[in-house]
Amino acid sequence: MANMAQAIRMALHVGEEKLGVTDIFGEDVGAPLGGVFTCTQGLKTAWNTPLDERGIIGMAMGLAMAGAKPVAEIQFCDYIFNTIDLLKLAGNTCWATNGQFPMNMVVMTPSGAGIHGSLYHSHSFDAIASHLPGWKIVMPSTPLDAYGLMLSAIQDPNPVLFLAPKALLRVKGEELIPGEPSDESQLKEMIDAPLGDRSQWQARWPKLEIAPIEIGKAKSAREGNAAVIVTYGRHVLMAKNVADKISQEGLGEVQVLDLRSIYPYDWAAMSEAISRSGRVLFLNEDTEITNFGEHLLRRTIEEHYYTLRARPRLLAGLHVPGIGLAPTLENASVPQENDIERELRALLSEKT
Amino acid sequence: MTHALNSIERPSGLIEYPVQPFKDKEFSIKFLQTMIRTRVLEERMIKMSKMSEGFFWIGGPGEEAFNTALGLLVDKGEGLEHDMLHLHYRNNGAVLTMGAPMIDFIRQMKNVSQDPFSGGRNFVSHIAKKEWNVMPVTSTIETQYSVAPGTAWAQRRAKLAGKKTGISIVVGGDAGTAEGDFASCLIWSSRPEQEVPLLMIVTNNQFGISTPAQTQHGEKNIADRAKAFGIKTSVVDGNNPEKIWAALQSSMDYVRSTGKPFLLEVSVSRLNGHSSSSGGNREKGFDDPIDLFEKRLAKLGWISKDFLQECTDAAWAEANLALDNARKESLPEASTVQDHFFANNERGGIPGRNF
Repeated sequence: MANMAQAIRMALHVGEEKLGVTDIFGEDVGAPLGGVFTCTQGLKTAWNTPLDERGIIGMAMGLAMAGAKPVAEIQFCDYIFNTIDLLKLAGNTCWATNGQFPMNMVVMTPSGAGIHGSLYHSHSFDAIASHLPGWKIVMPSTPLDAYGLMLSAIQDPNPVLFLAPKALLRVKGEELIPGEPSDESQLKEMIDAPLGDRSQWQARWPKLEIAPIEIGKAKSAREGNAAVIVTYGRHVLMAKNVADKISQEGLGEVQVLDLRSIYPYDWAAMSEAISRSGRVLFLNEDTEITNFGEHLLRRTIEEHYYTLRARPRLLAGLHVPGIGLAPTLENASVPQENDIERELRALLSEKT
Repeated sequence: MTHALNSIERPSGLIEYPVQPFKDKEFSIKFLQTMIRTRVLEERMIKMSKMSEGFFWIGGPGEEAFNTALGLLVDKGEGLEHDMLHLHYRNNGAVLTMGAPMIDFIRQMKNVSQDPFSGGRNFVSHIAKKEWNVMPVTSTIETQYSVAPGTAWAQRRAKLAGKKTGISIVVGGDAGTAEGDFASCLIWSSRPEQEVPLLMIVTNNQFGISTPAQTQHGEKNIADRAKAFGIKTSVVDGNNPEKIWAALQSSMDYVRSTGKPFLLEVSVSRLNGHSSSSGGNREKGFDDPIDLFEKRLAKLGWISKDFLQECTDAAWAEANLALDNARKESLPEASTVQDHFFANNERGGIPGRNF
């Protein structure tokens, strides 16, 4: 099965072949590297830029205004912060011009911890991104979802921020991408650039299908009625592991709802799940003060207050200035499976 | 250190273009009339701000010669085949010259729903006009310099594909060049073998709000900063219609023919301060390009005092009529606040909730 980096790469290939993508660019995005996570290897419209994040976002905005279809990469979301006013402009341009200038552009960036990336390769960006009206924001947890969400991002006429959970970029999926060869070594041989001299190398792309996943639609990653964990990105996998352990102990089946889209988010799916169990844990790794999960807690209280069976909870990253390099510090900063288990046990055991 | 306004010196290194006075009397008079219309529009809107008929005024009195020349020289239209303009908030005159009616600017000043640039959402002089490739003017200083290489890159590609293309033109002030976006623009527009057809214009009025440039900038000329990138540059007196006309025409021709960037520094006057935040009143000590041009045309015997008065009166009548009509228009309905959140009027807000 393809890993998430290969899935993104295949979606971008479909984008440039069939969906009008004109430019895929960023630092080290073009040949020979094809991205520090290899997401852009072998793509015909990929090119390298100066080491200038503001220039990258500005270029994407200009291309969008000129009617092109850009996909820009910020190498790590840790380095997107100096573009914040440009991101605000990209988000408000359609509104500010009374609909004259929709901004047809995609920005993708790896987000989150989990690779021992220390202070500046571990940031999350979902909370700040949710403060940027005018953007759609997605974050997949599987290669198949990454493929489908990237296709939707490309097809969407609005600015779409594609947050790639960096700890999952090299994790293989459990489902085939439509058109992907079933032999993963064959896929690797076809689309992974070789080590060494790549000057003559060209990718051989499988015949891929256009299989978009609608932005704004959550997916139930694990069924259950005892409680629901609402999460996205790599914490979907961690939540499932914890839910399996709880199930094996006979403490009930816990649903894991993979939000997939941070904006617009699938409140209908969340609301239905919360109604069913009356117990909800919101889970993500961004810092906990003015966290996106806090907004979801607000809605839960406003709309489900009288039917909740336990107080709703948010488990998020500690409000600390950075993720420390030492595993003890990273694990103490970002929710780990033992943290999720602790919160889930408390959620399940709380009496109404 | 303080600097009296009248002690500010013009930038050195002005290029003396080999220009002749406009020999065409009719064209010269038309040029002057357009400058006067621009000035009157700005003064009309300044008065509006003082009459509480607009929350804020910002504009470009003193930049009429530059704006008129730019508006006349630009290849107007929509799409890559025409010029793409990344203006700032002192360029009303350029868009007026291109043919926008006065009422459109006044509508934005009054934030009425009929404001064609922003539907009552943005400050005056924040023009956006897709049908003429006027990209949205922003309040964020200099960000247009990060965006402009993008439209120029698209035009470069189209030109390489054999299509007819325009050029991109970005305009900003001198103070804004301290932002990183200016450096970004120099770098992105001059990448080796990947240069883009981008005319960068810095209108240098020697101030950033209240701060004299000479207290913050050590460079002799802003244009000099482009030389390190191999970008051709010029510095020109923007108060002289013939000189700015020649400089713009020459730099546009260069960008069109070579597909390479050019940086033009234009020395201009800021006659009414930064904005209504500093009063919007006429300040002394600056050359007025309209006065200068009027005197020259009068000396040639091409215009009379009566004619000038007629031009001014006609412009005021036009501006006052525009204001009268805009007064009959309405503010946007509160219910429209979510309109155009996304393209094709897709709604935003809190998912699943009514607005």
